[in-house]
Amino acid sequence: MPRPGGSAASSPLVGGSEEPTLMEMSVAGRRSWSLPPLDVPEVDLALPEQAESALPLPEVSEHDLVMHYTRLSHRNFSVDLGAYPLGSCTMKYNPKICDWAAEYPGFRDLHPATPESSSQGALAVLVEAERFLCEITGMDRATFQPPAGASGELTGLLIMRAYHEDKGEHRTKILIPDAAHGTNPASVTLGGYETVEVPSNSRGMVDVDALRALLDDQVAGLMITNPNTLGLFEADIIEVADAVHEAGGLVYYDGANLNAIMGIAKPGMMGFDIVHSNLHKTFATPHGGGGPGAGPVAVHDHLVAFLPGPLPEVGPDGVFRWVMPEKSIGRVHGKHGNFGVVLRALTYMKALGGDGLRRVSEMAVLNARYLEELIRGPYDLPYEAPCMHEFVASAKTLKRDTGTRAMDIVKALMDEGFHAPTVYFPLIVEEALMIEPTETQSLQTMDALAEALLAIAATAGTDPDALHAAPVRTPVGRPDEASAARHLRVSWRDDDD
Amino acid sequence: MDFTPHTDADVTTMLNRIGLETVDDLFAHLPARVRVVGDLDLPDGISEPELMASIKALADQNDELICFAGGGNYDHYLPPTVRSLNLRSEFVTSYTPYQPEVSQGVLQALFEFQSMVCTITGMDVSNASVYDGAGAAIEAVNVAIAATRRDTVWVSAAVAPQTRQTISTFAHARGITLIEHPVVDGLTEWQPEAAGPPAAVVFAQPNYLGVIESYEAAVGIAQTQGALAIVAVDPMTLGVLRRPGDAGVDIAIAEGQPLGGPLTFGGPGVGLFAVSEKLTRRLPGRLVGTTTDDRGRLAYVLTLRAREQDIRREKASSNICTNQSLNAVGVAMQLAWLGPDGLVEVGRLSAQKARYMAARLSSIEGVRIAVPAAYVREFAVALPVAPSVVIEAMARRGFLAGIDLTIDYPNLGNAMLIALTEKRSKDEIDAYVDALEEVIANA
Repeated sequence: MPRPGGSAASSPLVGGSEEPTLMEMSVAGRRSWSLPPLDVPEVDLALPEQAESALPLPEVSEHDLVMHYTRLSHRNFSVDLGAYPLGSCTMKYNPKICDWAAEYPGFRDLHPATPESSSQGALAVLVEAERFLCEITGMDRATFQPPAGASGELTGLLIMRAYHEDKGEHRTKILIPDAAHGTNPASVTLGGYETVEVPSNSRGMVDVDALRALLDDQVAGLMITNPNTLGLFEADIIEVADAVHEAGGLVYYDGANLNAIMGIAKPGMMGFDIVHSNLHKTFATPHGGGGPGAGPVAVHDHLVAFLPGPLPEVGPDGVFRWVMPEKSIGRVHGKHGNFGVVLRALTYMKALGGDGLRRVSEMAVLNARYLEELIRGPYDLPYEAPCMHEFVASAKTLKRDTGTRAMDIVKALMDEGFHAPTVYFPLIVEEALMIEPTETQSLQTMDALAEALLAIAATAGTDPDALHAAPVRTPVGRPDEASAARHLRVSWRDDDD
Repeated sequence: MDFTPHTDADVTTMLNRIGLETVDDLFAHLPARVRVVGDLDLPDGISEPELMASIKALADQNDELICFAGGGNYDHYLPPTVRSLNLRSEFVTSYTPYQPEVSQGVLQALFEFQSMVCTITGMDVSNASVYDGAGAAIEAVNVAIAATRRDTVWVSAAVAPQTRQTISTFAHARGITLIEHPVVDGLTEWQPEAAGPPAAVVFAQPNYLGVIESYEAAVGIAQTQGALAIVAVDPMTLGVLRRPGDAGVDIAIAEGQPLGGPLTFGGPGVGLFAVSEKLTRRLPGRLVGTTTDDRGRLAYVLTLRAREQDIRREKASSNICTNQSLNAVGVAMQLAWLGPDGLVEVGRLSAQKARYMAARLSSIEGVRIAVPAAYVREFAVALPVAPSVVIEAMARRGFLAGIDLTIDYPNLGNAMLIALTEKRSKDEIDAYVDALEEVIANA
């Protein structure tokens, strides 16, 4: 019997036989394209560096093209198909109205070089989105140029560098907690800094004493997520920020987990100087199978002069203009950032308003706390503090008792029609299962997800081999990833057959 | 609007289960000093019809202009077939394909994208995309720095100004020195005696002024210096121009927006990034490969993952995580829609219209082609009045006239960059020329 409440927990993907590539479908002489004939007098182009012949792209009919991608889409899980409790990724429902806004011709067909006078609506979108974002995060100004979270991190680090250089200081180190996302240390290196890891204490929080011991006049700043990567609110955040500030450093907020605190708490009130947000997480813009995202960076007044530019501003005459901040670090994007993503996010924020955004965070936390409670027992919950919008469970005991690993559990979960939680992250938790239900999933879906996780834990005790073999109801089973790297084949070539 | 499904009864059930009384109790452990008191100072939520009206009102403040601007973003024909497939929600609402068993659709689409990028660039290996054209340039410079262990980069002044500015922002932090080589008569004049040796020689084909550069000169100087040759190409010219891979280039990059993506004020675009085989293991970002599953079936997976930030952390040469997968899938769809002949036809039509328009413009008194060199579909004109004035006046007549070059290329005088695509009809071109004549006469 189907589960009630739209829980969508049944393997929704179409397996079937594999889909040939477009290159294999190609038949010489077929075509989809349709373009108007030349309507100006033809001249001899006589191009230097001229192409010798047409390129061997696939030749397919329009119907072939449509069938191909429709079939591929049936082999792909998505938020629109079912629950996607992928920790740290905030895979919430992406409202269709936001897609409609981004496809609206007045925005979709706007060239980035359109003069200010003809793009007032686009500048207004950026200014209004900035207002929402600054109020939610408790900051003063924001840039929308960074096209993703990692780009926002690097932008934040460059702002830190410019701030210190402006004071005549050359600091070399950035502190990050040991549970941090991999993008944090990678961005630190690209920002020209050295990463120093801050250990977590047994409560899963930054160890304030260890942090103090690491602070000196070479520390440019601290990058931290709050709630942290374990889904816990850093209880000592104000003490942490004060300590970094006393040492002359700045405090950077990685907004990966902002979905937990909208309307509840503000990074700006916690002592953060720089805040990036992931619009493709908190503000419901779709992930697109790995982008596009947007990683706007907001700062307090003392750092506004260093923001990337130009920034849109509205004058007393109500006219929007581009203005370059006085000591700007320069551009971090070739154009105005991922405008289409910002427009979707603004549409979402306007739809919900202040109260609606607060309810988002309330229901996100309620779902996580409820689900955590339901699976307590068979799954280890290594930290005592109440979780926020996500929690990290561990399959440590299951592994010890039954040989079932976190990977086996999430693969088995796919057979039940759910996407996998994040596994083996953060690195400080053994056999980690990082679960973020998001606020758009129902009570019934939480119950179904818990039921599936508990059933899998039970199977681990009776038939662990069944879990090692999972998934079996997906389009393919577990791939041999080592072989993919050893026998590298990353494009189709016609000698492949 | 409200996208949460919780009824009051649901909330009560859930709170009871976790032993709390009110929703606010969920946050009782947060320090008081960080708590928001009262409501956010934001407007109330609105209904969907009101929201649509408000978005329309914003959009109506933009003018819908007939587009003659390029500079990396172009107004090409985007077929509904491609757009509707690209916006299928299975592609739109999935995450990065870390779980291959349930992500074969996106993975195969990206594998086909990589294959077609190799086909059009003539390069050996393509990744699954980076942010945009400028982002691709930064990543390419980083690859060259790592591969050569040098810290100077030579850049042609005819690379897009915004790309050069973006490289410069990131280069400063890492102590990378950028040396610009001048443009003379539209072409880069490489200075072999410039400070070096460089890690890379960066140029654009066609360059920002629309002019076709000499591959031999650029690749030659890179080889003499032991540097990597990095070229930013206009993908819509690859049906009519030689492929970078056939010209000995090491890294080919592009802004892929014109292939299957709308303009959307310049973003999201998509960075194409392809390299010669020897650089495979230095590729930034995601790479899709093939293997077999536990039952011997073909399976697509993300591969060479050990290069990436989530595994290598501070030792990774790129921090890229979320990139532009959806746009990359759109690029592949558009390339398959065009096929071999369509890509040639787009290049041919755009180039023919550019020639026609240049000839028509040259007949206006005081207007001339600013750079006497061969171009494909984009060219600079010198005007008798300031381009900023012309652009404003032309906008009032319904045209986006071009891009003002006076700040970035002051040597060219009152120059403006004009781009043509297959979408611009003879009637539109003629109307533009008439309007420009009028604007100049009135100035």
